[in-house]
Amino acid sequence: MAEEKKRLKETEGSVLLEAENLVKEFPLANSRKGKQVVHAVSGVSLTIYEGETLALVGESGCGKSTLGRTLIRLLPATSGRLMFQGMEISSMKEKEFAPYRRQMQLIFQDPYASLNPRMNVKEIIAEPLTTYGMAKDKEDLERQVKELMKEVGIPVEFINRYPHQFSGGQRQRIGIARAIALRPKLIVCDEPVSALDVSIQSQVLNLLKDLQDQNQLTYLFISHDLSVVKFIADRVCVMFLGMMCEIGETEALYEKPFHPYTRFLLDAIPKADPKLRNEKKELLSGEIPSPVNPPSGCRFHTRCPYAKELCRQEIPAGKKIGERQVFCHFPLEG
Amino acid sequence: MGIEMKKTDPQEVPESTGLKASAFEDPAAQLGEQETWADQVKKLVRQNKLAAFSAVLIVVIILMAVFAPLVSPYDPYAQALKDRLLAPSAAHWLGTDELGRDMLSRIIYGARISLTIGLVPTLISMVIGTILGLIAGYYGGKLDFAIMRLADVMLAFPSLLLAMVVMYTMGGGLVNIFIALSLVNWAGTARIVRAQTLSLKEAEYVEAARSIGVKSRTILLRHILPNCLPSLIVLFTLNIPSAILSESSLSFLGVGARPPSASWGLAVVRGKKYLFTEPWLSIAPSIAIMVIVMAFNFLGDGLRDVLDPYLKEQ
Repeated sequence: MAEEKKRLKETEGSVLLEAENLVKEFPLANSRKGKQVVHAVSGVSLTIYEGETLALVGESGCGKSTLGRTLIRLLPATSGRLMFQGMEISSMKEKEFAPYRRQMQLIFQDPYASLNPRMNVKEIIAEPLTTYGMAKDKEDLERQVKELMKEVGIPVEFINRYPHQFSGGQRQRIGIARAIALRPKLIVCDEPVSALDVSIQSQVLNLLKDLQDQNQLTYLFISHDLSVVKFIADRVCVMFLGMMCEIGETEALYEKPFHPYTRFLLDAIPKADPKLRNEKKELLSGEIPSPVNPPSGCRFHTRCPYAKELCRQEIPAGKKIGERQVFCHFPLEG
Repeated sequence: MGIEMKKTDPQEVPESTGLKASAFEDPAAQLGEQETWADQVKKLVRQNKLAAFSAVLIVVIILMAVFAPLVSPYDPYAQALKDRLLAPSAAHWLGTDELGRDMLSRIIYGARISLTIGLVPTLISMVIGTILGLIAGYYGGKLDFAIMRLADVMLAFPSLLLAMVVMYTMGGGLVNIFIALSLVNWAGTARIVRAQTLSLKEAEYVEAARSIGVKSRTILLRHILPNCLPSLIVLFTLNIPSAILSESSLSFLGVGARPPSASWGLAVVRGKKYLFTEPWLSIAPSIAIMVIVMAFNFLGDGLRDVLDPYLKEQ
């Protein structure tokens, strides 16, 4: 933990990626009543610092993955600005953006679907290298591929095997090797361990941490598993229905959530201590409202027990409380 | 027993807790990359005896066609008017036609025509259909609309009718049959490839390739086309018999192969006149057509069971 703090301090201040009022809407194909859209991400502004791990948490369907993909321009943003190392990348043409694309890579949730079943490990890991002509010849390419395999802990003698000959954890390692092949600055990890067995999860998480230290990587770690997030993240951003609720340092946020939604999420973590189980927990009721017709004002007000008239009418602006930023009219503390 | 061991599903490779190679030393993993083709052939033989038998039969027919001059007892074009319309005998196993030509030899030579018709136009039409289907599915939009409406127009006509129109305008002959059948049959392939492309382009490995910055054309050729291949192979084997039938039908209707060609379809129509007196003249080529068409169909069905990516996934 001390190491993490140190890392965070060292790099503090150098902004890697900055999003300003990012909006992503998907048009509904079969809408009869004019133009209906899914409001996947509605006005998110956040900053990712170099070398940190920022976790993006929230229920499924809240726009985490969409935000992750929009941030690295894998999906075009509907509106808003994106700055990467001080350069505006949101308005660039695809050709101008090409050198930045390789700085931002993606690790996928499903290790079965993210590898082409007809390519062997060598071809899969070599693809990013050959795309940018990073190998002098075939031998050099193979040497680099083997190096990457060693780095992620896949025995090099499996270089000619196909994805179906590996287990889930190993496939995820192959996906990680492909993502770090270009030595990117930022990696968006889209629920990289949620499809894995618990025993394998910690191995992959440790691998991600090691790689981060060795390669000065920055992670945007998308997850719905709060214990995984606590383990890996320096900062956490909580999302609800396409909007940010709260963003702040992991430990402080887990200790004292300011946004009611964050507290409900944290309360929902099952407790290991049976004595604590008797404590009455307030659990959230109801479903996530439809992202096609999101509620007015604070999007959480339909499920929030503390909601007042103001919450129904006005979208809460971000409030700074210490290093924390909270998007709530009536934060729990402060 | 040894074979039994090797059949272990490679997916059952246990997750290694450490990173040592020793954890992978089970027979399935040892099999390495030899798995794919040889195993699929084995699976075909095991699962579908009929398909395996059809495959053997097709190989025999192909060999027969290739080595026709060596296999056939007589010159298929040599007329011997004194031997006309002979019944099957030891000298002429399938009898002779109205010009005294040996039927067996003519059927052996006819296999050449049927196989060429089955393979070449099918291949051409499938290449056209695959390219158009990939483009329509991947790029979408107006291009997709234009290609698919054209395909709809092609599919709206009965294909035999369309082929007949082409043959009437361009005249008979083998080369024109090639062209007619190629032009007529691409639409079905285009539809299937488009549908597969639509689903494959949403695959995570395609997204991964896009996030790397791989060019669209490379994604199509490297990621999407190879994953369409199993369906294309099945489609190919199922399209061959329909092309063979089309050729026979066109020849039967008089707009296909021209005499003295040894085409089976032509043989059936020429034998028609003698159906009640010398029925073998029509029956023998009909059986030949039936055998080759059914063999390809059974093989196609068997291959589908083995190769279909949707059945294969768990």
